[in-house]
Amino acid sequence: MYRFNYHRPTSLEEAEQRLDAGEDALFLAGGQTLIPTLNLRLASPSDLIDLAGIDGLSGIDVADEMVRVGAMTRHAEVAASADVQASLPVLADLAGQIGDAQVRNRGTLGGSVANSDPAADYPAAVVALDATVHTTRRTIPGAEFFLSLFETALQPGEIITAVEFRVPKRAAYQKFPNPASRYAVVGVLVAEFDDGVRVGITGAAACAYRSDDLETALNASLAPDAVDAVDIDYDRFNSDLHASAEYRANLVRVMARRAVEALLREG
Amino acid sequence: MNVEFTVNGTAHTLDVEPNTLLVDVLRSTLGLTGTHVGCDTSQCGACTVHLEGRAVKSCAVLACQVDGGTITTIEGIGTVDDLHPMQEAFRECHALQCGFCTPGMIMSAIDLVERGEAGDEGSVRAGLEGNICRCTGYHNIVRAVLHAAQRM
Amino acid sequence: MNDRNTDTGIGAAVLRKEDRRFITGFGRYTDDINEVGQCHAVFLRSPYARADIGEIDVSAPLEMDGVIAILTGRDMAADGLGDLPCGWSVKSKDGSDMISAPHPPLASERVNYVGEPYGVVLAETRQAARDAAEAVATDFGELEAVVVLKTATSSEAIHEAVPQNRCYLWELGDEQATDAAFQNAAHVVTLELTNNRIIPNAIEPRAALATHNPASDEITLYTTSQNPHLARLILSAFVGLSPEHKLRLIAPDVGGGFGSKIFVYPEETTVAWAARRIARPVKWAADRSESFLTDAHGRDHLSRVELALDADGQFLGLRVRTTANLGAYLSLFAASVPTYLYGTLLAGQYRTPAIHVEVEGVYTNTVPVDAVRGAGRPEATYVVERIVEVAARQLGIDPVELRRRNMIQPDQFPYQTPVALVYDTGNYQASLDRALDAIDYGGFPARRAASEAAGKKRGLGFACYIEACGLAPSQLAISLGAGVGLYESGEVRVNPTGSVTVFTGSHSHGQGHETTFAQIVSDRLGVPFDDVEVVHGDTGRVEFGLGTYGSRSVAVGGSALVVAADKVIAKGKLIAAHMLKADPAAIDFESGEFSVRDSNQSLSFGEVAFAAYVPADYPEDLEPGLSEKAFYDPENFTFPAGTHIAEVEIDPQTGVTEVVAFVAVDDFGEVINPMIVEGQVHGGIAQGIGQALLEHGVYDDQGQLITGSYMDYCMPRADDLPDFDVDTTITPCTHNPLGVKGCGEAGAIGSPAAVMNAITDALGTEEITMPATSEKVWRICRGD
Repeated sequence: MYRFNYHRPTSLEEAEQRLDAGEDALFLAGGQTLIPTLNLRLASPSDLIDLAGIDGLSGIDVADEMVRVGAMTRHAEVAASADVQASLPVLADLAGQIGDAQVRNRGTLGGSVANSDPAADYPAAVVALDATVHTTRRTIPGAEFFLSLFETALQPGEIITAVEFRVPKRAAYQKFPNPASRYAVVGVLVAEFDDGVRVGITGAAACAYRSDDLETALNASLAPDAVDAVDIDYDRFNSDLHASAEYRANLVRVMARRAVEALLREG
Repeated sequence: MNVEFTVNGTAHTLDVEPNTLLVDVLRSTLGLTGTHVGCDTSQCGACTVHLEGRAVKSCAVLACQVDGGTITTIEGIGTVDDLHPMQEAFRECHALQCGFCTPGMIMSAIDLVERGEAGDEGSVRAGLEGNICRCTGYHNIVRAVLHAAQRM
Repeated sequence: MNDRNTDTGIGAAVLRKEDRRFITGFGRYTDDINEVGQCHAVFLRSPYARADIGEIDVSAPLEMDGVIAILTGRDMAADGLGDLPCGWSVKSKDGSDMISAPHPPLASERVNYVGEPYGVVLAETRQAARDAAEAVATDFGELEAVVVLKTATSSEAIHEAVPQNRCYLWELGDEQATDAAFQNAAHVVTLELTNNRIIPNAIEPRAALATHNPASDEITLYTTSQNPHLARLILSAFVGLSPEHKLRLIAPDVGGGFGSKIFVYPEETTVAWAARRIARPVKWAADRSESFLTDAHGRDHLSRVELALDADGQFLGLRVRTTANLGAYLSLFAASVPTYLYGTLLAGQYRTPAIHVEVEGVYTNTVPVDAVRGAGRPEATYVVERIVEVAARQLGIDPVELRRRNMIQPDQFPYQTPVALVYDTGNYQASLDRALDAIDYGGFPARRAASEAAGKKRGLGFACYIEACGLAPSQLAISLGAGVGLYESGEVRVNPTGSVTVFTGSHSHGQGHETTFAQIVSDRLGVPFDDVEVVHGDTGRVEFGLGTYGSRSVAVGGSALVVAADKVIAKGKLIAAHMLKADPAAIDFESGEFSVRDSNQSLSFGEVAFAAYVPADYPEDLEPGLSEKAFYDPENFTFPAGTHIAEVEIDPQTGVTEVVAFVAVDDFGEVINPMIVEGQVHGGIAQGIGQALLEHGVYDDQGQLITGSYMDYCMPRADDLPDFDVDTTITPCTHNPLGVKGCGEAGAIGSPAAVMNAITDALGTEEITMPATSEKVWRICRGD
């Protein structure tokens, strides 16, 4: 690991000031991606600004039709939360599939979302559950948050404080994990709202996105067979050792179909 | 920078460089070499310890992040004469061979049982996803965890 | 057997002695050990698969804080250190010697694989050493790399002295007889096979810590070795690091080996050399990334296989042509693995009368390839058991029936195969029968129908494997090219109070020697199990040894202890006879008691031991003391064999293969500790299933390893595997005193073929290579 300065601010203002003051400073949330990256010397920030000392960034609030998860809430808390399990079970289910048990005990929602790893799970929920990303400066609609590979709508110094998920009538997440890393090769979250079906896909492309094609088909008929008729365009899909773009397209279809089946089982 | 934390019941105040991993402090500074390092991408789980009672990979935590924290390592859960039920079960079920992954595996397994997620073979196998063993084929590890879950 | 020891003697599932330290965190692995004043080594490694090393500018890093020295391959060459040797010399079919490319521990002029070390930075901290290593400016002249095995012999020569990159073209068997068998065949079945490259991945990365005492000139090297004496011999006799008596190697607790820690590597060698050169203890522990790049890899064969059968399905002949990847240099046993440990096993369990195999050993710009669990025998089993399965399918014969028709019968032992080996004993049908019961072969059609009804595919696959363990005897092995003997040493040292310290030249890195060997000696001498302590892994404490590999420990090392223990008993009888005023020939020894036959006079083992060290009432012509040694050189290999059956279910939508059942029935001869034996089988099966479904070491066209971490190299985890159904049958080995055969590798030998036979059964095609990844399977399911 290269050398860096470590700060543990106690307020968001101080965190932002620290970031501005650092030559090449980075925020540190749960660290489950960042610390291994630093350990491999793949990043060399001047300063790490640990957000763990700031009150109010962690916790889960369930209100009417809305579940708000603080940015520093650990994946394990979301997965085990009785409130989330009752109000938005798909989110608890998804959080319980991130990484492994140790990662879930440290990793945070805000860290995962801010990183925009193309294979992370949470982004599928952010785009499909009509989320609102709350930051120190504004609110960003979930569907507009992820821009590309490791690139989000966040401005330099902007900190995610919470993500608010809209509660659908029914929803399900299906993940095809990478057998080595356990990240998502493909993850599909299908959510049925009063105003239509939303489909969030992670793993397949440069960043998580909503699938217009699948949404159109499922809005016409919320049935497994409707998925089969969709031609998944994989021109821009990722292709690597573990899955070609074409195979990822198949997995999108299969996971989407299974998500629909699971969602319908909810009744 | 100065960091204060408790390891296996003993309070420590240490001066650490910010770029120091928790596992390096445990092994090099405190001499707690039961916690092992098996990879550099935070996958193998050999370095698993408990932080505030929950399993974490000490290669993915900076020492300065745990200021004020409470840590338990393999050396802190039982002694040779008074083994933790999970340690006992690993021995009885022959759930280890070379022993290198074992401390991390035991720390993960304890957390798994304490979370109530060790009810059957399938959940134990899923719950040990974050720990790699090359010797045992996991068969006896799964037996041991199920066995210990009955006694814990 | 001894009455007193039924709970801890031979055959008892004794809990392991070593576990107390491992489960409490008191194991002591190399990286857990520190020396006062130690500095840290970080290696300079080639970023290219093939390049000339130009100027190495160390001026800036030498000025950095904490940097002590930067040494390169040129410094090492100037110090006169020799090359790392290959310990087995193979001859080509034309009688010429294999061509061994020079392998300096640190490259000085050219690097030949990504990660090859050409220098080392020594600094006060690992951090400082790493910083400095990054600041070294090396001028590389990149050359075109030879990476693809299939075209390696038609590519540019990697080493000047090795035309066509061919190390050897070896053959075994009768080519003419085999050709004749094919001419007379009613059926010929042909198969192209790939045995995928795997990366061993012991969870403890390699590490070393060396100190040099300038007064005694002794170097002590703690290292992650499976065979410290052999490593010492090589470092002394070949590398010229230090005279053997001035070099002590200690392999303390070692966190798994699987073959990868047999070999003498550049890093451990360099650390020992550097410690003397800079007069400081030097420590190095590999990162996992370094392990991926530099631990010897395994397998990596391309084969064409042909089986000739008569109209009744009797095997007439087998012809095998294999290209084996050796990597950039010959690692310690590299030459022998695809030849003597492979070609000799191609008869399998069958009476195939004519076999001919040709193996082309080829250099490529990849890390050396050497023994990994099974070493040659999984590759041979894959060839034999895949072609037999395919033959059954093509001839429309039940695969069990075809195997039965061709199996060597129990009354045919000893059995001379056409590929050099003489199998001493076995009962292959017995293992097969038990395995069929365990898997419920009769119920398979119904299970398959149920899977199909649920939209899945189901398959069943067999592997009736044989292996040869306990490489032996020494004279034969040396005549075939081995550079060392293949015996093992043991010492049984009875202490004056009657407790026993056992020294073995074999080494445990997970196998449980401290328990198994204590059982053997406790059983033999009738002393309590807890009174026997086993010492291994230290050239300063153990006389000599060849270490642990090839499932040899109990068959060879355990036998040495039996011989040594019997010498103790023989001497004890002389002492007892004197004390009891009896004829030595009238002394019986049983259950730890020396007694005069047909009398009530007896002495306990402890009393005799005490007398040996306090010789008051003692034979005049007998030396005091009670400590005996033995070097045991086996007469023959041992031949474990068995049947593995895999049952898989495939989801055609995703291509995911689930191993839903795995049965292994093995004949290991007598079993010392069934609990430990089962554990060895479990672990081997997991590695074999890993090879079949998940694991693959992949280089890109430039020779960069793209599966260089656990993010991309897929290790089997708990949820990838089923419970294993493991059982044994027993035909005792006929030529060692314990009747044992060896169990460490069997799981990894049978399982890849069994799994792939099951997958091809489910898919209805033979056109799939290991690892059968979900994408490959999916493409077949959709008809690609």
